[in-house]
Amino acid sequence: MSLPPYTPERPRHPYEDMPYTGRKFGQAFHLFCRGCGYGAIGQLLCRVFKEERLDEKKHPFIVGVGCYSIIPLILPGRIWMTLHGRTLPVATGIKLANPDVTPICLAGDGDNLSIGTNHFVHACRRNIGIVLIMLHNNIYGMTGGQAAPTTPHGMNATTAPYGFLETEFDAVSLAISAGATYVARWTTAHPRQFMKSVKKAIKWKGFAFIDMVSQCPTYFGRKNDMAQPVDVFNWIKGNSIPINKAEGLSPEELQGKFIVGEFKESPREELSEKYIELIKRAREKKK
Amino acid sequence: MSEYIYEYDMPPGRYVWMGNTAMVEGALAAGCRFFAGYPITPQNEVPERMSQRLPQVGGRFIQMEDEIGSISAVVGAALGGLKAMTSTSGPGFSLMQETMSWAAAIEVPIVVGEVQRTGPGAGIVSLPHHSDIIQAHYGGNGEYQVIAFAPATSQELFDLTIEAFNAAETWRTPTIIFSDSWLGHIHEEVKVPPLDELKKRVIPRKKVAYDAEGKPLKRQQYLPFTMYDKKAGEYKISITPNITTEYFPEWLPAVTHTPQSIPNEFQESSEIMVTNINNKILANEEKIVKIDEYFTDDADVALVCYGLPYRTALRSVKMARADGMKAGLFRLITVWPFAKKAVRELSQKVKKILVPEINIGQIVIWVEAAVEDGTEVKPIPAISRLHEPKELYNEIKEALN
Repeated sequence: MSLPPYTPERPRHPYEDMPYTGRKFGQAFHLFCRGCGYGAIGQLLCRVFKEERLDEKKHPFIVGVGCYSIIPLILPGRIWMTLHGRTLPVATGIKLANPDVTPICLAGDGDNLSIGTNHFVHACRRNIGIVLIMLHNNIYGMTGGQAAPTTPHGMNATTAPYGFLETEFDAVSLAISAGATYVARWTTAHPRQFMKSVKKAIKWKGFAFIDMVSQCPTYFGRKNDMAQPVDVFNWIKGNSIPINKAEGLSPEELQGKFIVGEFKESPREELSEKYIELIKRAREKKK
Repeated sequence: MSEYIYEYDMPPGRYVWMGNTAMVEGALAAGCRFFAGYPITPQNEVPERMSQRLPQVGGRFIQMEDEIGSISAVVGAALGGLKAMTSTSGPGFSLMQETMSWAAAIEVPIVVGEVQRTGPGAGIVSLPHHSDIIQAHYGGNGEYQVIAFAPATSQELFDLTIEAFNAAETWRTPTIIFSDSWLGHIHEEVKVPPLDELKKRVIPRKKVAYDAEGKPLKRQQYLPFTMYDKKAGEYKISITPNITTEYFPEWLPAVTHTPQSIPNEFQESSEIMVTNINNKILANEEKIVKIDEYFTDDADVALVCYGLPYRTALRSVKMARADGMKAGLFRLITVWPFAKKAVRELSQKVKKILVPEINIGQIVIWVEAAVEDGTEVKPIPAISRLHEPKELYNEIKEALN
């Protein structure tokens, strides 16, 4: 099976002429809802892959379970779909077995902050060389719009018809306090910055985490009186505050806002490299 | 990073090793170079020894955050190109079931050392209990097959762990080593053979697949998953895909897929996948199953057992033979897949079958199902303890009267 190359020309503007590449099945179809942000994210990742001329053997995509699990229809390279929430331990196994491979994990907010939080926190702590892109759409889209740990307080979902009582998770603060060495948050309204961040994360030695906020018009929009996809998009855009502007604001003013930007860049020794040193040490000690 | 993987380095000779240590050394001898685990009594000596020994042979050890993480990392490393294993006990084994089901579906060769303890719940960590025999087979969601070995001595823990890795490589399904808290802590003599002898016993991880004429397969010709070859009438099991070689499929799904690794939701596809992953084991039962028989040729009553009870049973059968009773012993070295055919043949030879197990009777159901001609099958349960040889002797005596 010879594969068609992904889109040859680079679109002039990220939101102008942004086709779903549909590499695997020609340009036949995609399965995302109309207005969903995940298709755009897939396209941005394709462009990073192409612009950086990444080796598909060195950068496999490890994909969890969620709406975005059909992103392999768009993505280039090798895709390994894992069980719900288990992207990071699988990537840990790959990385330790092959230190020259840097897996790119795509996990949803349910994957990463609900069923797999334990793996997330410990991967941050270990500082193992994995890129984690968390696709964050504020809701469980695939299963029908249930409340997620990222659903903002007071918003509606199919399991929160009277408004969500709990407070949402801030994945960025969690990653920083758990010890991730590169932490950023972008939204679908910041495609260029996101691409720049992904390029940086792929070269980063250590655990790189990018929280990517995206719109879910079908469930999140419908349940929260945002009739058009662009309304959800504008809601995200309107609630985004760049990190330098957020510094002077009080916690009340920041309630329910998405602070975007690069939060942390502090290199630390990477685990799989340290392990190779350990092997050398253990063998010397044995002699 | 294959330049950091080294050969097995234990000098040949005789050692006194704990069961858990023997399992670790067997795994290393079999080429295991990745271990992810989580502490749980009574298997703690396995990760402890692994953390010390794996770096010495260039392997990778990691202590994960839980058992789910451990087995997921093992699956990752297995498709990352290393032979990998984990070990656990009781509640940890339950946590691993989800991933074991997935590993069976995508045909990843992994090995799980299950040092069983008493259940249910947290149970008692220091007592032996073969409580997870059925769970190992039927614990996960969906229908799949596992291969399970039941050693009974430290030496067997060494030898059968090598066999377990070979079985995992050959049949590409999760393979389990049933130990228990007493077997794991028995200190016994283990003979380590020379390296060249070990190498003959070990099936290495293959990186390149070849066709019938011996030419390396191209990516387009390679099938990532098992397929039924109608002409030959057998299941064709291809080599395990490796994420760093060209054979890794474009999209390796966790959902139902075709042998070409294309996910879909058609009934036919599900039928083919479920049939293939089950029948590649069931149709090859005779090749996989290992049994041992003692004095069964002229026996009137036979004891069917596996794991530690085999040692008690052997002694009581010898006692019975010394007193002129025609008793025999049939041992299951592999518990799963169940040796249906061999047990059926046994039932035609003997009049009565006794099944001593250290649980309320998990394999006895399978023995009953395999017996055809009305041979009487009697379970002899023992909960969280081993049978006394005298106890089994009395049972044999009673069965013959």
